[in-house]
Amino acid sequence: MIFAAASLAVLAALVLAVIRALRGPTVFDRVLAGNAMGTGAIMLLALVGFLTGRPEFLDIGILYALLNIIGTLAVLKFFRHGDLSHPGGEEPEDE
Amino acid sequence: MTGSIAEIAGGLLLALGAFFFVVGAIGIYRFPDVYARMHAAGISDTVGVALLIAGMMLFSGFTLITAKLAIILGVILFTSPIATHALAQAALHAGVEPLLANGKLLAGPGVKPEPAKAGRAVARSRSAAAKRKRPVKKAARTARKASPKGRTKS
Repeated sequence: MIFAAASLAVLAALVLAVIRALRGPTVFDRVLAGNAMGTGAIMLLALVGFLTGRPEFLDIGILYALLNIIGTLAVLKFFRHGDLSHPGGEEPEDE
Repeated sequence: MTGSIAEIAGGLLLALGAFFFVVGAIGIYRFPDVYARMHAAGISDTVGVALLIAGMMLFSGFTLITAKLAIILGVILFTSPIATHALAQAALHAGVEPLLANGKLLAGPGVKPEPAKAGRAVARSRSAAAKRKRPVKKAARTARKASPKGRTKS
């Protein structure tokens, strides 16, 4: 019962993050909402896994936790440099 | 009550974790600025996730499930600050200006200093002039009491 209540709460949190992703005036609001949605999805996965008695989906949760951060950093790099193959780096070369 | 003490404690931690997760999401929805929303996202990413995973660990005992949950917790706790920092740096680099408490921007190119300092100096000089005036008034009042004109009324 507590797993169902917690799953509904995490689902409500996901809906709020989706609203922010749709409304956010800047692109960084949307990236933040996407990151929060990823964390909420991992939590929902774990909670529903416990609810149905099959906690084997936690492996997918580990995988998505790693993919979430990589995706966030990739989107931010794209919006900064316009190109995912940009070498990056802040300091200008002296030569 | 069919649950053992571990299940009751786990249920309590799950309820608290879900509460903080929803509180963080409400912050993401309602805060006025992108930098403030990052603070709210940090609440749900650290406290909410940690309490939820701790509650689930108490339900599953000392098995492989607990180890996987610990790995998820470690990954989220390590990568959430990285994401927040990169996001804030990217937003600042792109020119998104933070909204401060009094609605004014930080000092930077094109921002004039606050005019409130000049106002305070004027107020100070005004209060000093008021203090200077008061002893003059007192002397005039005592001079009026001493005159025979004021005594006839009583």
